[in-house]
Amino acid sequence: MSGDKVVVEHLNAWYGKTHAVQDISLSFPDKQATAIIGPSGCGKSTFIRCLNRIHETQPKARAEGKVLLDGDDVYQADPTEIRRKIGMVFQRPNVFPTMSIYGNVAAGLKLHGGYSRDEIDTLVIESLKKSALWDEVKEKLDQSALQLSGGQQQRLCIARALAVQPEVLLMDEPASALDPISTARIEDLIFDLKNQVPVIIVTHNMQQAARVADRTAFLYLGKLVEIAPTRDLFERPAEKLTESYITGRFG
Amino acid sequence: MRPPKRLRRKAKSFVLLGLCGVAVLLMLAPLASILFTCFANGAGAITPAFFLKNPPSACNPNLGAPCPVGGVADAILGTLLLVALASLIALPLGILGGIYLSEFAERPLARPARFLADVMTGIPSIVIGVFVFGIFYFFAEEGWISSFSVISGYTGAVALAVIMIPVVARTCEEALRLVPISIREASLALGIPRHRTILRIVLSSARGGVLTGALLAVARAGGETAPLLLTAGFTTGTIFGLSGWTPSLPVLIYEFSAGGYANTTQLAWGAALILVLMMLVISVGARLALRNRFGGRSA
Repeated sequence: MSGDKVVVEHLNAWYGKTHAVQDISLSFPDKQATAIIGPSGCGKSTFIRCLNRIHETQPKARAEGKVLLDGDDVYQADPTEIRRKIGMVFQRPNVFPTMSIYGNVAAGLKLHGGYSRDEIDTLVIESLKKSALWDEVKEKLDQSALQLSGGQQQRLCIARALAVQPEVLLMDEPASALDPISTARIEDLIFDLKNQVPVIIVTHNMQQAARVADRTAFLYLGKLVEIAPTRDLFERPAEKLTESYITGRFG
Repeated sequence: MRPPKRLRRKAKSFVLLGLCGVAVLLMLAPLASILFTCFANGAGAITPAFFLKNPPSACNPNLGAPCPVGGVADAILGTLLLVALASLIALPLGILGGIYLSEFAERPLARPARFLADVMTGIPSIVIGVFVFGIFYFFAEEGWISSFSVISGYTGAVALAVIMIPVVARTCEEALRLVPISIREASLALGIPRHRTILRIVLSSARGGVLTGALLAVARAGGETAPLLLTAGFTTGTIFGLSGWTPSLPVLIYEFSAGGYANTTQLAWGAALILVLMMLVISVGARLALRNRFGGRSA
């Protein structure tokens, strides 16, 4: 596991009786973006939701197996500590509706406590700059986050996730609810971010995977079919199943 | 010959719209009537003395000398104190109960608790008055409280609180349920612990709805008469806190409207007007509370 930030070993996850993730093992190196692709319902969202243990917050959901962050098992640790280290951006922008733009980015820091006002200010500005939103919102930090456009809200969610200084960033189809221009901005952002933290991105858009990811994993019916450098996976897939999916024969 | 389609559609639309308008007018008519009658009969009673003095005690104008009109000062104070103490008891319990019903809905206690809260909102308020009176009577029998405290403002406030709690809990639950799961997940995914997620993120996102529910419960408690008859009692005398018999506006209206004396009838009308205005202020307050600090509507 040398150089691998996150290692997953024999991960299984269930929703009630549905076995959504079946015995998946793979690893994510530091400072790389990894895309997870597959048809709807293949378990890709469930899979990344197991990495920060948000999966288990839903009723009747459970997971088994090992997820190692820097060699330490996530499932043996305090889940709130894990979620802080492994940030997440969701499919639809979910800003806190009663908070200002500033308040949204500061929320994680404020509710963890232990940060001075200056430290919070610095981290908020830094995170808004990293998420390429700073220039658009610097004049109106105290206004409602809901007045931003969908794409801006999603970048605000990214800033909010970055503010608590995560070691890994999970993204669950972060651009699927956005227009093409906002999507392009999010993709540019992922490209920059992966140099700072490993990014694991679920997408149903294969072009997106090809554009942003160093490596791509293909999941089908809850199982890992193959993982390879993105170019190889799209140009010379090892598995017949992968080939039929990326050439659009099903899915 | 049938008229063209477009005309028929327009005619239908016109008739249905007219019916809706008539229904709205019929619905608002009682409210307009109440407001008009209260103003017409009660406005004359509203003088400085109305707020500063108490009703004249034991004065029968049929016996010669005219009676002073007096005021309802301590009944207003009594209502405010009763509702304040009842809110102090009911709001924290109700909101905590609502949090339990919404955020811990998978716990085995949640379903029966929700059912019982619904049953409780349906219990006639006079029964709640009898129940709370019974409990305090039992306490006095056991010697835990003075028998003078059985009928007191404290007993009345507890009765009002019992009426408020299920209302607050259910409206709070409904308001919290309107907060999307994605907001909870956003907070949990930041590593914010569940209790802080609930108290600082979910409750704050639902604060408009929670506040509305609280204010509606306050308005309901302020207008209740039946549970106070047996618990808080009534007096035309001066009150000292809630420790003795405590007058309230609804009970004063009840006591005075049947009296037949011109001065007490006038006080009853004045009290009715004040009570209606108080409810109006609270309702408007609830509307304003729905606007969040950014000027939009929250939850």
